[in-house]
Amino acid sequence: MSFLIGIVIAQQGAIQLRQFGAEVYTINLVGRLTFRELGVLMTAIMVAGRSGSAFAAQIGSMKLAEEVDAMRTIGLAPMEALVLPRVIAAILMMPCLAFYAAMMALIGGGLFSWLSLNLPPVTFVARIREVVPMTDVYQGLIKAPVFGLIIAMAGCFQGMQVEGNAEAVGLRTTSAVVQSIFLVIVLDAFFAVFFASIGWI
Amino acid sequence: MATRAQHHRHATPEPADDVVIRVRGLENRFGAQVVHENLDLDVKRGEILGVVGGSGTGKSVLMRSIIGLQQPTAGEVEVFGENTVGGEESAEVRKRWGVLFQNGALFSTLSVAENVQVPIREYYPRLDDRLLDEIATYKIVASGLPPESSSKYPSELSGGMRKRAGLARALALDPELIFLDEPTAGLDPIGAAAFDNLIKTLRDLLGLTVFIITHDLDTLYAICDRVAVIADKKVVAIGTIEELVALDHPWIQEYFNGPRGRAAEESAERAEAESKTALSPQDATKLTGSDEGA
Repeated sequence: MSFLIGIVIAQQGAIQLRQFGAEVYTINLVGRLTFRELGVLMTAIMVAGRSGSAFAAQIGSMKLAEEVDAMRTIGLAPMEALVLPRVIAAILMMPCLAFYAAMMALIGGGLFSWLSLNLPPVTFVARIREVVPMTDVYQGLIKAPVFGLIIAMAGCFQGMQVEGNAEAVGLRTTSAVVQSIFLVIVLDAFFAVFFASIGWI
Repeated sequence: MATRAQHHRHATPEPADDVVIRVRGLENRFGAQVVHENLDLDVKRGEILGVVGGSGTGKSVLMRSIIGLQQPTAGEVEVFGENTVGGEESAEVRKRWGVLFQNGALFSTLSVAENVQVPIREYYPRLDDRLLDEIATYKIVASGLPPESSSKYPSELSGGMRKRAGLARALALDPELIFLDEPTAGLDPIGAAAFDNLIKTLRDLLGLTVFIITHDLDTLYAICDRVAVIADKKVVAIGTIEELVALDHPWIQEYFNGPRGRAAEESAERAEAESKTALSPQDATKLTGSDEGA
């Protein structure tokens, strides 16, 4: 996914930049965009769709089957046994996945540059190292665990809200995904403002 | 195990009148709908109490209030002399009860043996795995499941087997009190009768107090010492079936003297005549083990 996005960004960017004869800036575009925004955002959306929904559905069906009640009567706290491990897992895995996604997007952008703009990979990598400041990488890695937290919390919360019948599981799963993607994007905007204000431009 | 239960009895200071569950003035309302109002209930030690009532009279809500899953609007609930309202009960009390939910409520990601081990691990985290496996196998067999089912997952079990597995988990910590929510609902008549026998046998062997929510008249006739009738938002009557039948309450009359009630009574009488002697535990295991395997 990110690989394809990388290609698309490079291609679209190249078309627009060509008008100014500034095709070489495609590299800046791809490099900075992927590390700051695209890698982590794409990952967040994928994780929300895949894991956030799974959390809601798993916990929701456990609630329906009275498994959550059974845990309480045994003395297991559902928060500790069901929610905490999922939240921790999401917080830990999001940065890894976001970084991986960013790298894949870079490779996609690099490939496009090589094949269609005749920029060899060596030049591409060298340019990336020149134009992408470390703070861009940090931005992505700081946002990723926060997004992971939000996605896991939204998923688990919606799962815990399930009551009644199987239809509720479906509804709650949908709202878990919608809610977490919405929250992630809103928060991303706040992060952008925040990072700009501390000078990580 | 029986000695352990005995030990508990002496170890804890409790009301002398041997009431295990005491409910006073319980009130549950959901919005404008009042489910319980001023409900009183006493469950005595060592009895099998059946709870009956029409659909929507709040039998399950009553059970959930007693085990602290449902926060009542008002009233007091004591189990073993300790307040359980709103899940405030201590781990000590939770250890002494077991709950079988309507569909077993087994943890779907764990095998039957692991399910049984969950409560044990929670309270005795230091036990080694071999001992845990032995305890789990023992409980599984005692609940009438074949030992090889211990490695199966809940999704691979039939409804009746799931209930047995749920019972095995409810019995994991050698409780003194078990709650059963419609244990025979959805079972075939043979399976239901076997389950009834199993519960009676376990009660006789382990001295359990049993709280059963049921719609099954056969269960009431076959094993319940007393029956509590929930109607008009409270327990309208509690006593043996003979006592209840003598009462002049429309719902009770309809319930026990309807065609199904009579049939159940007759079959209970027949069964009584056929086997005057009580089932030995081996017989019960044989009986309960065979019907699922067939």
